[in-house]
Amino acid sequence: MPERGWTYRGVLALLLALAAALPFAAQALDSPASIGIATQMACFAIAAASLNLILGHGGLVSFGHAAYFGLGGYAVGILWEHFRLGEPIFGLIPGSNELLVTLPTAMLVSGLAAAAIGALSLRTSGVQFIMITLAFAQMVFFLFVGLKQYGGDDGLSVRRHNLVPGLDLRDPAQLYWLCLGILAVWLFLLHRIIGSRFGRVLEGVRQNERRMAALGVSTYPYKLVAFVISGVGCGIAGALMANYLRYVSPEMMSWQRSGDIMVMVILGGMGTMLGPVLGAVALVGLEYTLGGLTEHWPFFLGPILLLVVLFLRGGLMGLFGVRRGSG
Amino acid sequence: MAEPLLRAEGLVKRFGGLTATDDLSLDVRTGELHALIGPNGAGKTTLIGQLTGEIRPDAGRILLLGQDVTPLSAARRARMGLARSFQIVQLLDDDTALANVALAVQAHQGHSFRFWRRAATDASLTTRASALLEEVGFDLARSGRRAGDLSHGERKVLELAMALASEPRLLLLDEPMAGLGPSESLRMTETLRRLKGRIPMLLVEHDMDAVFALADRITVLVYGRAIATGSAEEIRADPAVRDAYLAEEHG
Ligand SMILES: Nc1ncnc2c1ncn2[C@@H]1O[C@H](COP(=O)(O)OP(=O)(O)O)[C@@H](O)[C@H]1O
Ligand SMILES: [Mg+2]
Repeated sequence: MPERGWTYRGVLALLLALAAALPFAAQALDSPASIGIATQMACFAIAAASLNLILGHGGLVSFGHAAYFGLGGYAVGILWEHFRLGEPIFGLIPGSNELLVTLPTAMLVSGLAAAAIGALSLRTSGVQFIMITLAFAQMVFFLFVGLKQYGGDDGLSVRRHNLVPGLDLRDPAQLYWLCLGILAVWLFLLHRIIGSRFGRVLEGVRQNERRMAALGVSTYPYKLVAFVISGVGCGIAGALMANYLRYVSPEMMSWQRSGDIMVMVILGGMGTMLGPVLGAVALVGLEYTLGGLTEHWPFFLGPILLLVVLFLRGGLMGLFGVRRGSG
Repeated sequence: MAEPLLRAEGLVKRFGGLTATDDLSLDVRTGELHALIGPNGAGKTTLIGQLTGEIRPDAGRILLLGQDVTPLSAARRARMGLARSFQIVQLLDDDTALANVALAVQAHQGHSFRFWRRAATDASLTTRASALLEEVGFDLARSGRRAGDLSHGERKVLELAMALASEPRLLLLDEPMAGLGPSESLRMTETLRRLKGRIPMLLVEHDMDAVFALADRITVLVYGRAIATGSAEEIRADPAVRDAYLAEEHG
């Protein structure tokens, strides 16, 4: 499939239309729960696509992206909590239950955290970078475990969905459409970024940093900006997830979550637009199907992942003949 | 005499017990093609590494256009006009030949914090990239191939095009003909001859025919030391050079 051809665009439009029609199919098949599953898939797809920007295109193996996912969720949770209590945060910032406030806040908070953590982590590379991003994520995790006023270990309930003008997020279908719409917009933005001059530098970082230096490019600021964009994306995903679950907890930022997001990218196909989406659909889907069959599902998930990684170069997208650089 | 373009003064680089660069001084003058020859392991690549900023010398300093660049990063020096090729070609193997050169052109045009416009169809990048490929004799019909799938000779030429993209004030070439077939070598020699005079070069090369054909001056490196510098005739006639190097190469 040529990346810019009309066939390719047609396939994308068709996929989006099919995804948008899912709630009707769920109703027809009398399976309302599948709307919720699809919503989770969309949320994780946003997170995985964001990680793919730095992992698939920049070659930066961050093992701590659940931190930004969790921070996005907590932005929604904490703003709700203060809204509910009618007490401003630090006596200054009023709480909110408006998505048009909570979502930008989630993006800001996760972006700032990514800027701080990225600024330090990106001084290192290779295994050291993996370990330091993991270590920072663990620090954020334990910070929230310790924040008793926000529930500590037990997390925080968000009793009511955020309000959005013109939408009613209590309706699972509408919440799903919101997540799907944001996913589509985010994928398009990432697609533009990856094809831009900035994206080219990021590709250069992945493929040959030595060459980039010889061309006179100091890569650090580019890596940092990419890291922040990908953190912001995970924040969006977390904020939407918090609206779906109506609950946030430190579990959202655990290292297992970071691993899940990374597995989605690798499973689906690094460096492709739809790979992370496919990876999210596959992993969430597998968890539900295997989870329905046996409580030992993680035991079976491992070998499945191993088979995909061993036999499908380029992840699941490889099955469709789509490889890095071809779409 | 005018200030040399590049001057290395008393460079020393040790790897453990091995002194790869041993109190080495050398300059490249405006307009000249200066060849650096010496047996394998003499420290030529290590010297290039220090000049470009990838390797930090243990002692000595490097002046580029009269400015001390010793503490500057490789990227900073590149932005000052120092371009290079690598002995082991360094490309973006997943990208096409054209995209590789276009990225080099892009780097020369300034910062890359541009997030929206598609680089692959940006004529200000691709037109110039095509012209550069043509200039070095790269077969344009193959410019859409992945760099990783190109022949060794094409990769060498491609790297030269990338180095030229920055309109360098000085070009450091680390064995541009290594591994090339005879006809490819000749073509590369011709290309360098065309660039000569326009772009000053420091050329590391084992191909003696090419060196003697191209060089204005030659420096001979043995065990990290410059044992002689001079014109082709002077170097050919130098007994120390004959002993240390030429005899061995041709013998
Ligand atoms: N990173 C390194 N660590 C240890 N020894 C090195 C390193 N790089 C080069 N050397 C040694 O320094 C000497 C000079 O190497 P090099 O500059 O590559 O020589 P040339 O390019 O002239 O063939 C060789 O003996 C080589 O083994
Ligand atoms: Mg060498």
